[in-house]
Amino acid sequence: MLHSETGRAGARLRLPQGLSAFGNILKFLWKSPTSAFGLIVLGFLIATALLGPLLAPYDPYAQDLQNTLQAPSTAHWFGTDELGRDILSRLLFGAAITLRIIFLVTIVVGPIGMAVGTIAGYFGGRVDTVLMRITDIFLSFPSLILALAFVAALGPSLNNAIIAIALTAWPPIARLARAETLTFRKADYISAARLQGASSARIIWKSIVPMCLPSVMIRLTLNMATVILTAAGLGFLGLGAQPPMPEWGAMIATGRRYMIDSWWLVTFPGLAILTVSLAFNLLGDGLRDALDPKQMNRR
Amino acid sequence: MKPVKVENLSMSFGMGEAAVKVLPDVSFEVEAGECFGLVGESGSGKSTILLCVAMLLSAWSGRISIGGQSVRDMSVMERCRNLQMVFQDPYGSLHPRQSVRTALSEPIRIHKLGDMEDRMAQAMTDVGLPVSFLDRFPHQLSGGQRQRVAIARALILEPHVLLLDEPTSALDVSVQAEILNLLQRLREEKGFTYLMVSHDLAVVDHMCDRFAVMQRGEVTEVLGRDAILGGTATHPYARQLIEASLAYENAM
Repeated sequence: MLHSETGRAGARLRLPQGLSAFGNILKFLWKSPTSAFGLIVLGFLIATALLGPLLAPYDPYAQDLQNTLQAPSTAHWFGTDELGRDILSRLLFGAAITLRIIFLVTIVVGPIGMAVGTIAGYFGGRVDTVLMRITDIFLSFPSLILALAFVAALGPSLNNAIIAIALTAWPPIARLARAETLTFRKADYISAARLQGASSARIIWKSIVPMCLPSVMIRLTLNMATVILTAAGLGFLGLGAQPPMPEWGAMIATGRRYMIDSWWLVTFPGLAILTVSLAFNLLGDGLRDALDPKQMNRR
Repeated sequence: MKPVKVENLSMSFGMGEAAVKVLPDVSFEVEAGECFGLVGESGSGKSTILLCVAMLLSAWSGRISIGGQSVRDMSVMERCRNLQMVFQDPYGSLHPRQSVRTALSEPIRIHKLGDMEDRMAQAMTDVGLPVSFLDRFPHQLSGGQRQRVAIARALILEPHVLLLDEPTSALDVSVQAEILNLLQRLREEKGFTYLMVSHDLAVVDHMCDRFAVMQRGEVTEVLGRDAILGGTATHPYARQLIEASLAYENAM
């Protein structure tokens, strides 16, 4: 039949449509210099995380006590640390750790924040009050202090740092998702979905989540910069990644003791953290413009 | 084809002292296959009645029945198969991120009806849209096309009663006529019972067999279509409304 044939053709077209939307967003981000910078750094970060072991000139854990605290030279571009390890190699291996922190925190925080926010916003009333008071409690602590408390309770390690950061990073997302949900929970299309017999879970998943997604994604991207800084802060305080892991914050922490004489120990990891968090901030900013519905027509 | 009966419907917003009585005590009957209009000024409770019938508002007392069965006692699924609603603003009643296909396939999925493609194609044909429009998104449609999609979505569950909340007031005049003719044709073909809210007496004159004039939540008078031009209304408010409307038409 003609109808079902066109229908099947439509089903085949749907996936590429999603991909082309993604491509359009990338194209849009590429047009502005600041978000293009963010994209390049992100691409670079992913590339080094994947190819780090191939690119690194030395083993990041190999100690060379004959060669400690060497200034940057052609043999060691970024110098060596107090145990003679090559800092460039350690930075390249550290990229994978940073990326892992960002990735794990984001996939935990996004769904939790989204679920709490949309459920609170859609049901309102008592559900809203309970969920939002819990969110308030989490929000009322400075996130680094709360993360510190969690790590202290769980024991210092990279995974516990990730859990601690995730536990402190979801409340702003929940707030945002709730605020978004409140603006259209009374919309006619929600009423229409209810009239079609859709369950609350179905309405939240199919109608509300897609509407919240752009702003939550922007917020998550902007959040990544904070996540990197918190992870580095925990590493610096000795509560995140443990030595000898080449985590950037931990590298600064150990380099601090030699900072006056050997500036390269602190400078290069510091620059790496600065560049990556700046890149995520710029990317989030660009994403805000790219996902703005008023700009939809331009794409 | 099922009749709709509203008996002693009353409803108030708010609690205790501050409660505002929106509908004091409304009763009327709509015969099976009839188009019944609700007219009156803004805030007279017309749309609220539709929301109560659709159970989108549930804090009312009284009895509303469709084909003798109370809407309160029906299961959600049964209610959906009995009544559907077309909203006033086609720009707000379609999900901006869902394609027409998604909008039409959701009810079929929820009610596990099967023959999805055929049903969708049938609904699109019924409302006079090409089947290829299934892959469009609301922002790719004009206002009139959107309202047709909204009507198709209401048709797809094959309800007995359609609630129309000023289905044309957000559209421009030429499109209004198209949508009204479409609704008229669908009623003839499928024998729907319409309960239609409007503040435009010309629309009521075109569409409805009978209509109720409402003021401050009360039905002042139920009149036949001929009462508009025949001047047979007895209640002073109904007379005033019809005269004002006719004077406005003439002045145009």
